Amino acid sequence: MTIVLTVCGVLLAAASLLCLARLIMGPTLADRVIALDALLIVVVIAIGVWTAGTGRGTYVEALLVVALMAFIGTTTVARFIERRGDT
Amino acid sequence: MNTVIAVLTAFMLLSASMLALLAAIGLLRFDTVMARTHPVTKAITLGVVFACVAAAIQVDTTTDTMRLLLVALFQIITAPIAAHMVARAAHRVGSGGSRDLPLDELREAER
Repeated sequence: MTIVLTVCGVLLAAASLLCLARLIMGPTLADRVIALDALLIVVVIAIGVWTAGTGRGTYVEALLVVALMAFIGTTTVARFIERRGDT
Repeated sequence: MNTVIAVLTAFMLLSASMLALLAAIGLLRFDTVMARTHPVTKAITLGVVFACVAAAIQVDTTTDTMRLLLVALFQIITAPIAAHMVARAAHRVGSGGSRDLPLDELREAER
């Protein structure tokens, strides 16, 4: 199980770095919002992998909160783009 | 039985991480907002479902199991809504490759 967790950690770290690259480069605001959403969902997957690897339910609430924050943030900035333009 | 559960969990965790990496590659490689919405909505949602179901199998109390399944269900419901709102906002503003679509029924409907 340790090997599986290490491999998952490497894959998720690479995924979050790629999301971060799109967050920095992204030409429009919509690109950055999508990249931020993907980054938060990678965090959700990472907490899920930790929970499954250790079998402890310590961070299940954090998982719920991060998933909720990703949705609310994305929706809010989408409304903001409609009103103020995509720059 | 324990071995079967452990192998299933490991397979689901590796699939979830691989799907997250593939979605991040798609996010980096695709060229418009409309195209970038796809990997973030589809691949990563399946990754969240895999990770949450694997954690729900491994965790020992029923409360945590139900919470993890709730997170998976919540992600399935909200990911299309969020992606749709971002894509619609980009379309209304006119950015993100929405000006040179071959067929644009939303623009005709909103006219």
